[in-house]
Amino acid sequence: MGVPPVSDYEPVIGLEIHVQLSTRTKMFCGCRLSFSDPPNIHTCPTCLGLPGALPVVNERAIHFGIMIGLALGCEISERSLFHRKNYFYPDLPKGYQISQYDVPLCLGGRLGEVRIHRVHLEEDAAKLNHLGASGRIHGSDRSWVDFNRGGTPLVEIVTEPDIRSPEQAREWLILLRTTLRQLGVSDVDMSQGSLRCDANVSIRPTGTTELGTKTELKNMNSFAFLERGVRAEIERQRRLVEHGEAVVQETLHFDPVSGGLTPLRSKEEAHDYRYFPEPDLVPIVVGEEMMSAARADMPAELPADRAVRFERDLGLHADTARLFAFRSELGDYFERALAAANGSHKNGGLEPAELSNWIPQLVERIGSDADPASSNVTPESLATLATMVKAREVSRDAAREVLTLLVKEGGDPRAIVEREGLGAITAQDNGLAEIVDQAIASDPAAAEQVRAGNMKAIGPLVGHVMRETKGRADGGEITRLIRKALGL
Amino acid sequence: MLEHEQVLHVARLARLDLGEGEVERMAGELSKVLDHIEKIRELDLEGVPPTSHVIDVVNVLRADEPTPSLPRDVILAAAPEPLHDGFGVPSPGAA
Amino acid sequence: MSDPIDLTAAQAAERIGAGEITAAELFEAYRARAAADDLNAFTWVADAAPESNGRPDTPLAGVPIAAKDLFCTEGVPSQSGSKILEGYRPPYTATVVSKLHEAGAPLLGKTNQDEFAMGSSNENSGFGPVLNPWDHGRVPGGSSGGSAAAVAAGLAPWAIGTDTGGSIRQPASLCGIVGLKPTYGACSRYGMIAFASSLDQAGPLTRDVTDAALMLRHMIGRDHLDSTSLEFPGEIALPSAEDLKGIRLGVPEDLTGAEGGIEPGVRSNFEATLELAERLGASIEPCRLPHAPHALSAYYLIAPAEASANLARFDGVRYGLRVDGDKDLVTMYSRTREVGFGPEVKRRIMLGTYALSSGYYDAYYGTAQKVRTKIAEDFRSAFEQFDFIVTPTSPCVAFELGAKLSDPLAMYLNDFLAVPMSLAGIPAISIPSGLSDGLPVGFQLAAPAFNESRLLDAAYALERAVGFDGSSARV
Repeated sequence: MGVPPVSDYEPVIGLEIHVQLSTRTKMFCGCRLSFSDPPNIHTCPTCLGLPGALPVVNERAIHFGIMIGLALGCEISERSLFHRKNYFYPDLPKGYQISQYDVPLCLGGRLGEVRIHRVHLEEDAAKLNHLGASGRIHGSDRSWVDFNRGGTPLVEIVTEPDIRSPEQAREWLILLRTTLRQLGVSDVDMSQGSLRCDANVSIRPTGTTELGTKTELKNMNSFAFLERGVRAEIERQRRLVEHGEAVVQETLHFDPVSGGLTPLRSKEEAHDYRYFPEPDLVPIVVGEEMMSAARADMPAELPADRAVRFERDLGLHADTARLFAFRSELGDYFERALAAANGSHKNGGLEPAELSNWIPQLVERIGSDADPASSNVTPESLATLATMVKAREVSRDAAREVLTLLVKEGGDPRAIVEREGLGAITAQDNGLAEIVDQAIASDPAAAEQVRAGNMKAIGPLVGHVMRETKGRADGGEITRLIRKALGL
Repeated sequence: MLEHEQVLHVARLARLDLGEGEVERMAGELSKVLDHIEKIRELDLEGVPPTSHVIDVVNVLRADEPTPSLPRDVILAAAPEPLHDGFGVPSPGAA
Repeated sequence: MSDPIDLTAAQAAERIGAGEITAAELFEAYRARAAADDLNAFTWVADAAPESNGRPDTPLAGVPIAAKDLFCTEGVPSQSGSKILEGYRPPYTATVVSKLHEAGAPLLGKTNQDEFAMGSSNENSGFGPVLNPWDHGRVPGGSSGGSAAAVAAGLAPWAIGTDTGGSIRQPASLCGIVGLKPTYGACSRYGMIAFASSLDQAGPLTRDVTDAALMLRHMIGRDHLDSTSLEFPGEIALPSAEDLKGIRLGVPEDLTGAEGGIEPGVRSNFEATLELAERLGASIEPCRLPHAPHALSAYYLIAPAEASANLARFDGVRYGLRVDGDKDLVTMYSRTREVGFGPEVKRRIMLGTYALSSGYYDAYYGTAQKVRTKIAEDFRSAFEQFDFIVTPTSPCVAFELGAKLSDPLAMYLNDFLAVPMSLAGIPAISIPSGLSDGLPVGFQLAAPAFNESRLLDAAYALERAVGFDGSSARV
């Protein structure tokens, strides 16, 4: 039996995400959370693992955990337990992490197209800093531990291996981030470490259902690195298989600078965590009171629901609906613009889909990571511009120029059109008919083609008129005039 | 009952650097204890739930209110290797 | 006036309240004796009486306590009997010690113990064995051997210890004093250097039952820093019963039966004490605890398993001993723990790690927790028919130093009468019930959870009838 060609393999990706909760205090003690304070000023016997210390569960962390479970459509376990996960590492003061094992807070669920396997609560490890030039672990001899971070409440979200491309992985993680940010349970900032993502990657012959051996990519700390790292690993596995080699289960680190993947030394040689129920804590029983409190704190609409509404109720294209919902700054801006458009332009109001086309145009000009709300273009002016185009007051091309100017200087689109003389030229304008005749005269071959029925040949003629009018005439209008002039 | 290799494996998990003689002795002692303890596996415990918690209480929770932390100099006073305002250790992965 | 050290703690508190002696005098009398201790009962003794001493208005009026080494006492060595914590001074104090201090009982000293509370003879201490005041060639029992010896020898008026599988009751029995293990959850564990989290409980070691009640009263209470501590229903009453009329005592033959391994002298004392109880009006019947014979096995899986995790924090990183800190990390961990822990601790860490390890969890730890469920059920059933379950506390009197060191299993078997109550989380008390070959024998009563007041009352009535005189140990 031969090895299927590389292109016949599909990637199978699952994500394991850790989210630091934005409570005021740690998971099991009353020390404050901090992200950039001087080292070791937020510790106590409990989070330092001093002899005799004991943990006590933070009720807000449970509350946030339930909210996350509700947002992800999970089943909230009526009764869940904490377990000890035992291993030795300097950032783990007790020599075990208090986590959840076979009875976690939430099971099942779905966000967008990806099913959730489980959601559970645990405490974060401390921060291990390395001395030595690069500050990285390789090449340093001495390290030191800062326990400020140790004990920070973490929610771990594990997906089913439903993701089928690096792009989808990135897009889904963005959706998750937007969702969590809207819940107000975390800063979800990958650069700060309040959102961390590992990926489990395997490949299998397309169309099969059995899972291949998976590798784990650890700690990609930006959406871009996630996509690139996953892509690199898929390629690496494909090449291995192409050469008839097996994928080995291992943990890898992706270096975004070199694009290389290197195996990591495992923390616990035998990976035997010897889980057992945490005897210092009692079970968590989620009753109606806790559920109601969580529901009461949920926002009215979460991103996944917003996407559905955009597509179904506003008629946006599916991809656009998702983009605007998953990136809430785009969705918020869009809705404000829509309100402005329908508010002040009652006659033949702008279709949401028509307005939506202008957002990517704006994004192109301000940069894909920028928030349109902080640009010089107010939602009202974008709405005005779009309405002017619909009303043929300005051509599409001219409007693009106006948008560029709006981005640079802000202000009112009408004023800019006036100032720059970018108002649409229409058939009523005398000059236009002459320019059309000029275009036909300058390219008789094309004119002949069009008369013969080859509509594609009209392109150069339209182009000529566009140039002569500096884009102020509407393309559709030009085409109509040319045809009329040619007697069609 | 407990083989030499098993003792070494468990000692590794527990981060105990047992001497050679100690490994042998430990194997003998633990085997003897386990032989005695083994007998509970003969009991019929079908359907018996394990006791994971002795007291019959749930939801012991703490309000999300800050409490004072320990001063850094106090906690570092006990440190075997204070380093950079923290706890110095050999780097993991350094040979 | 008679020597103040002949007074029980309750009596001393009264005298201080009445102005007959001062708390400072009492403290100094004990302090001098503790400092001159030749039993190795203490690991630390206060230099002088505390400044804020002498508070006759407080319930305990300044009567000092000795605390087992594993109770964290701020700024004072708290080592849990281990070299890995030699000289360690914690930045905080255990809740029960604070509570007693607030009630007027200052700290006299820290007492020696088996390392990390693992042992039944106090021979496993990193700081040398403790000697039994009744016979210096014999063990005081363990793991609270130092506390028991100190109280029995009159080096401290009373002491706190911890009981995980008999570690208060058994040394109390071997030293001829009273020792009580409260209901699990009655006293806070915050600040107690942990051995086995689901079993450890702090409790009093005292000269008589009244002192035990008095101390317990000021130890109990829910602590917001310990999720497993409970609000105790009601107060601890001081005992006053004069007889045992209407009290039904159950003797579990599953434990005390002929094959149990109980020494003849202990057995005959037990039977004599039962007769005494009958004369006080109690009824005595055999009772069934069918799974109790397996308690020891379950205990020696559960306790070491929890301990193996509780002791993982001793790694040379943040406090305590560090060995080979200039080598690689794994070597530092392994050498530190190899050098710092004694043989019994290492044995139990190994046993516990094995019991939890992949492939063995269900067979060992999992099974043990099921046995535990059955044992708790057995006691609940028995208490439907009986007020108290009674046994000898220990199967033997104090044995010679070194006699059982070469056979760990033989040492573990010392605990078989005490361990079932620990697994069930119920309170149990040991009172001295006489001598056998000149050495003290203890009688154990166990009660349903939260029945401490009734338990103390019954023990008190029996104690009066027994009339044990421990003064000869207080030379």
